[in-house]
Amino acid sequence: MADLRERSDRVWGWLADVPDPEIPAISIVDLGIVREVNWHNEPAGAVCEVVITPTYSGCPATEVIGRSIEEALRERGVERVRLESRIAPAWTTDWLTSEGRRKLQEYGIAPPARRADGRQVIDISRLRRHAVEDAPAACPHCGSANTAPISRHGSTPCKALHRCLDCLEPFDYFKCH
Amino acid sequence: MLLDDKSVYLMRLGDNALVLSQRLSEWCGKGPAFEEDMALTNIALDLIGQARMWLSYAGEVEGRGRDEDALAFRRDSHEFTNLLLVEQPNGDYAQTLVRQFFFDAWHQLVLEALMRSSDDRIADIASKAIKEVAYHLRRSSDLVVRLGDGSAESRRRVQAAVDELWMFTGEMFNADETEELLGAQGLACDPSTLKGAWLAIVSEVFAEATLEIPAGEWMQKGGKQGRHGENLGLLLAEMQFLQRAYPGATW
Repeated sequence: MADLRERSDRVWGWLADVPDPEIPAISIVDLGIVREVNWHNEPAGAVCEVVITPTYSGCPATEVIGRSIEEALRERGVERVRLESRIAPAWTTDWLTSEGRRKLQEYGIAPPARRADGRQVIDISRLRRHAVEDAPAACPHCGSANTAPISRHGSTPCKALHRCLDCLEPFDYFKCH
Repeated sequence: MLLDDKSVYLMRLGDNALVLSQRLSEWCGKGPAFEEDMALTNIALDLIGQARMWLSYAGEVEGRGRDEDALAFRRDSHEFTNLLLVEQPNGDYAQTLVRQFFFDAWHQLVLEALMRSSDDRIADIASKAIKEVAYHLRRSSDLVVRLGDGSAESRRRVQAAVDELWMFTGEMFNADETEELLGAQGLACDPSTLKGAWLAIVSEVFAEATLEIPAGEWMQKGGKQGRHGENLGLLLAEMQFLQRAYPGATW
């Protein structure tokens, strides 16, 4: 058992070096996509099972991530890899690691400003104009809290576009999800 | 059932998401503003992901060896069971927006109900999809208010779109035997129970948007039973062309 635990820890370490294909500044572990690493002793040999939870339903990065995991483990001599995709509980930005949030910030992407808990049920009064919406805490370039939204959608499903009203730079915001 | 009813119901959910996704993707590269182009294609992407989850499950439950691709690309118009609303052409931007708003509000309520489904996999897919759909609804509500309470021209166009699309909203709340049966079992959602909540959302947003709910009560129906207008056939002709011309093609 101890041996399996140690081997799982090593795999977690390797996966922490696998970049997200669309935001290569952070790893798939930082993003909270990797949920479990389990070794199974099977008659044909040990199998490394990696459980991943996709981010957005249609995110095209999901398939690339699966291939990247297999490649990363094979390169390190793991011959038998099994990927399991698990949709529940649904992925949330609450699973971003603090390391991941720091790396996003450094890369110029404002991390989610708050926790996502229970946002899925709509409060009708918040559909009105000027309703308080998800917004970044600060500009990732200059740190000013004086920012304004440009677009609810950005270059990937997980991001929105905002701009800083002080340094005037546009920036990506990793939406609270 | 019940397996038949269940796969029929799952296919409806998948078809709504798939057909609307295809419609929205027609805007790709042609949006009236860069931000809108990105929004519509991102929403299309969410919906195609959701369609894959529903159709995969539908195919498994059906047990005839049809996977998500077989269901998406090798069924004909009369076998599609989406709501008539989602197959309506994009029209001008007001029509695209109002179609989206009507659907988003309904979609949100359906998924809220399905999160409590007695079927774990349905509840799981709904719990994932609703996070995306809540975002869709916030966007479409906001835009309906901005364009409704915008210029005289934008208001005129949005109200015209509302008047034109209103007759496709009744079908969303007509429960048929499949939905009554699965609803009674706690597996699906009886859509007739959602009408009040849907009208509350629409009324709230329209009040601020200075838009009027049409008085007309005559409603189109038949999408869920496979009776579609010619619009769907044209949409499928484009969407399915490759798999029809080169069956099984992969790349």
